[in-house]
Amino acid sequence: MKKLLAYTRTAIALHWLMALLVFVAFPVGVVAHEMALSPDKLRLLSYHKWLGVTLFILVLVRLAWRAGHKPAPLADSLPAWQRIAAQFVHVMLYVLLVAIPLSGWLMSSAKGFQTVYLGVLPLPDLLAKDKVLGDALAALHQLLNITLLVLVVAHVAAALKHHFIDRDATLARMLPFLDRSSAK
Amino acid sequence: MKNLIALLLLLSSSVAYAVEYSKVQPGTSSIAFVSRQMGVPVEGAFKQFAAHVRINPAKPESGVAHIEIKLASIDAGSAEANDEATGKSWFNVAEFPKAEFVSSAVRTLGAGKFEALGKMTIKGKTMEVRAPFTLSEGQGVLNIDGMFTLKRLDFGIGSGIWSDTSVVADEVQIKFHFVVK
Repeated sequence: MKKLLAYTRTAIALHWLMALLVFVAFPVGVVAHEMALSPDKLRLLSYHKWLGVTLFILVLVRLAWRAGHKPAPLADSLPAWQRIAAQFVHVMLYVLLVAIPLSGWLMSSAKGFQTVYLGVLPLPDLLAKDKVLGDALAALHQLLNITLLVLVVAHVAAALKHHFIDRDATLARMLPFLDRSSAK
Repeated sequence: MKNLIALLLLLSSSVAYAVEYSKVQPGTSSIAFVSRQMGVPVEGAFKQFAAHVRINPAKPESGVAHIEIKLASIDAGSAEANDEATGKSWFNVAEFPKAEFVSSAVRTLGAGKFEALGKMTIKGKTMEVRAPFTLSEGQGVLNIDGMFTLKRLDFGIGSGIWSDTSVVADEVQIKFHFVVK
């Protein structure tokens, strides 16, 4: 059997935990944004910010881990353009996972609402209250999120295509229940 | 020695004839507040108010204050929040355009601290409040700075769905700064 080089357990755990949180934070942000001002809106916005702060911490941990642990290589059979595309999407996803929570944090500061993680830990306001800047950062936050949505769709579609159409090990590298057994 | 006596006389006379301050400067005075939303302190202010204050720093106990706040001038942090705050469930400014504080007494707390006692009326409800403050003189003006806490639900501010204090806390901190000439 061909040896499969999987990601480390830590990398796999971080990937799926972040995927789960992104899939919650994104719709919560959209719904809260669309709601009229109400206690539920304030509650959802807080949950959204707490998820964002959590993701920001996790992406930094993940980047630190990645710096010390080589990611699993792609299948040898992969054409060059697909390698470049995969590399591009992965780099962009990391950039967005850093930039999106950061833009949200800055936007919140500029709009005059401090971010208080889990309602107990106040994060420093990096910007003074400024309506124009706040609106600009809100637009940026939205644009970055639309970009993230497009890239996540491409990322998931590529993973599924490799798994179900090409039937190669690309997705299995990131699956916790396949890595150890297949690696033998 | 002569100079010292003269100086003492000068000092004592300045105390005896210490000026009474009564003209509140609208541009530099402020009434602000801090509410807590999901644990987040959110600052706001009332931009328009009429403050009638008469106080002599040599005998603050005789000081009086009558403050009227135009509630529609609220800055609650955003346009959306201002609309909500002036609406029926919050201040209901259509029916209750003003909040009013009338002092009944001023007490000396010691260590340069004082306390104004009085009645606060908001949304047709009147409650006794105590507002501790400090005085500082400088460049022909007297600065009055103080802070106290109100419970918004005592006045029915933020009723209905907003009465859930796990989202917007009951306690609201009021901060006032009056520059009086």
